[in-house]
Order: sequence, then C-alpha cells, then structure tokens
Amino acid sequence: MVSVSIVVNGLERQCDVEPRLLLVGFLRDVLGLTGTHIGCETSSCGACTVLVDGESVKACTVLTVQADGSEVTTIEGLAQPDGSLHEIQQAFGAEHALQCGFCTPGMIMAVASLLKSQREPTDRQIRDALEGNLCRCTGYQNIVKAVHSAACMLRGQSYGLQTAGNAAGAGGAGVASGLEAGLRMTAGFSTEGQDGT
Amino acid sequence: MVPERFEYHRASSVDDAISRLGRLGEGSKLLAGGHSLIPLMKLRLVRPSAVVDIGRLSDLRYIRDAGDYIAIGSLTRHCDLECSSLLQREVPLLPHVAGVVGDPAVRHRGTIGGSLAHADPASDLPAAVMALDGRLVLRGSHGDRIVAVTEFFRGFWETALGHEEVLTEVQIPKGTAGWAYQKFTRRAFDWAIVGVAVVATARGTVQVALANVAPTTVRATGTEQALREGASPAVAARRAVDGLRPASDINATSEYRSHLAVVLTRRALDKALA
Repeated sequence: MVSVSIVVNGLERQCDVEPRLLLVGFLRDVLGLTGTHIGCETSSCGACTVLVDGESVKACTVLTVQADGSEVTTIEGLAQPDGSLHEIQQAFGAEHALQCGFCTPGMIMAVASLLKSQREPTDRQIRDALEGNLCRCTGYQNIVKAVHSAACMLRGQSYGLQTAGNAAGAGGAGVASGLEAGLRMTAGFSTEGQDGT
Repeated sequence: MVPERFEYHRASSVDDAISRLGRLGEGSKLLAGGHSLIPLMKLRLVRPSAVVDIGRLSDLRYIRDAGDYIAIGSLTRHCDLECSSLLQREVPLLPHVAGVVGDPAVRHRGTIGGSLAHADPASDLPAAVMALDGRLVLRGSHGDRIVAVTEFFRGFWETALGHEEVLTEVQIPKGTAGWAYQKFTRRAFDWAIVGVAVVATARGTVQVALANVAPTTVRATGTEQALREGASPAVAARRAVDGLRPASDINATSEYRSHLAVVLTRRALDKALA
C-alpha cells in the first residue's frame, strides 16, 4: 500500500491505496464520487474525464499514486455547495445536450478544460477538443451548441435561442464568485475579469 | 479491468531511476505519462512486477535551441510540443504531429520519450522523429550514449534501450524546408491505419517515414531512392512499401495498407515539396 494525499474538489483526501488502483476507482469506490463514469475500459470514450491540476485527463488511465500531491476536480466539483449549477451544466441542460447522461460528466469536464484556454471557440475547435469524448445519444449537435452557450455566459454575454434570459447575465455574478472554491484553476471561469487574468 | 499487483516506486532523479531498475530486475518498467503502459497493464498484456515512476522529473521537460538542432527533454508532453513556438518556427512537423495523437486528455499526459520507448509502429511521433532523422540520448549507469532513431527500433515494442537505461533527450536537426504528415483513421482519436511523415530538408534531401506498415516505424527507402533518381512524387510514391509487407488486421488488409501507403505518400510529398 502507498500513502497518497490528493486534493479532490477542494478537500484534501489522504488514503492508503494499492499502486494498481486507478484514479477513477479511487474517486468512485473510495471517495464515493460516482459522477465520473467508466465507459469503455480502453481509454477511448472519455466518460471518465476529470481535471488533474487543471488539465483534462482520463481517470481510467492514471494510477491514483500518480496523482499524489495533485488537485483533482470532478463533475461534483463544478456545481456550488448550494447546488447552483456551473454555466457549462446550465448550458447542457438548456440546449438539450444530454439524453441518457452517461457521457455527460466527462463531456462537461472536457469542455471545462477547453474553455480555460479558448474563450470563444469555433465549431471546429469545439469538435476537435471533444474528440476524446464519445456520445451515443445526441449526435453531438446540441453539445456543440451548449459549448457556445456556456462560452457566451462565461464571457458575460447573452446567448440567443433557447437560453435567452435563462442564465446569461442574470445571477452571473453570484454564480461566478462562488466558483473559486470548487474549481482550483479558475482563471477563465468567473464571468468577471474573464480575460485570462 | 485492473492491472495485476505491482510495486510502485517514484524516482527522485534519472540516476535514481536507473539504479532502481537495476535493483528491481527485469520485471521492472518505467512509467512516464502512462498512456501506452497503463492500457496494456489493464489488459494484462504487460505485467511488470514493479513500476518506476519518472513522470514527475520536471528536469526532463524542456524544448531548447541547441544551435544546429533542437533538444527536447524526453518527458515533454504532446501538448507541450503542440504549443511550442520554437518548434513551430524550426520543426513545424512536430507540433502538428503531436496535435494529432489521441485526444486532448491523452496529450496532457503522453510524452515524446514514452512514445519512442514504447515503440508501437502505429504511433505518430516515432514516424515524425524518423522522418526528421532524430537522435536519441540514452542514459545508463555508465553515462550517456546517442543512438540515431534509424537504429533505435529493433522489433515490435522492442528498441535499443537497455533495461537499465532511460531515454533522456530527443535531438532534432534543424533545416526543414517542407513537411507533411498524412494520417488515415476511421475515428477521430484512432491510431493511424497508415501514417506517412515527409521532411524535405534545406540540404535537398527528402526523408519519408511510415507508421503501421511494418513491425517497426520504418523509412520508405523505395520512395527516397526514387526521388534521388529524379522521379516525380507520383512515381516515387508507388515505391512507398518496397521491401515491406504490411500486416492485415481488424482495420485493414495488407493490400489496403499498401494502397493507402502509396496514396498518402503521394499526398504528403505533394504538400512537402510544394
């Protein structure tokens, strides 16, 4: 057994683990954070995507011991403690970007990773960024719309079509300021000062 | 799927990794990004008794201008290669190829050294380094030695790297005049069914490397010879798999791979020599 200390969604977790325990197994079975899913077992589908030190990673292809000393953010770490959803989650709901929901946590974490570096991604950039996340239900169209919508909200702009008046702008400040707790590497997530500063 | 039990060691330095490999014996393996090794361990195709993790040795993560070549630390990740302005200026083939490996999450972990040491012939970066005539620095208990990439791949998943050696640096000569990488896949994140890397150098040579047409990454010696004899890209491309018999597998027959290699070599030459 190896002793590890990993900050998960802002909380330090210390544990003795077998070297062969995959990070996804640690999150799901040891910590009970079952939002991260196991889809393919072959590092293809991305249902297990989480952020490690702010970067998207397939948790099924990382040993827990490799993540010792790191900060991990899972889908559970996106929403506020009071349950208010992150802009990406709001957009996925409003744009009907999920059906069965199995790929969705991993998809959202991959989007979170994209929007850190791309404030206004094009369709092409979105589709390329999500090439490691497979969805069998939606055909991806609404996922792409949801990413545009989320990017808009995070830039503090309003987004037309289905989400007009829903999440854009309204309550943006309250949602944004509380995000800092859940998401470590937050440059790019708050709706204020969202300039990579 | 879960790997078999193994001992885990985290190396504090390259020399520490080398001495641990020596003490732990033949059943020990190095772990860098883990995106070649861990999938195989999960399938139990590889069952090391011990793993020596070098993934945190940040000293091996660099991209430096070394005069007439670029020195790349072996733990440089694909995403680091992708966004390197130095590489985009001096060796543009590399950031491009790094950007087509797997998907963004894979590129956050995979390393150039890991890809080369794992030596899967379907990998993209080994083909790029082969087309660039790269050199590899291998460190063992007796010091460093340099091996040309053309001498490095010995067989399927087999290289010149000794069991107690660590690949520390990849040296890429400067002087690319034209370049191209053609990768044929069915799905976005797939391994290449066939891949072709072409580098036209400022000295006037044209180097062509092929992915997934042989047990190792190889140079398209037939095409290179034809070009030296003055053949056009179309004619030279027809000799892409001279001397090779690509494998048949679930993705393609040998005949289809041979055909793909010719077509992709033609396209890559057209772009690189334009």
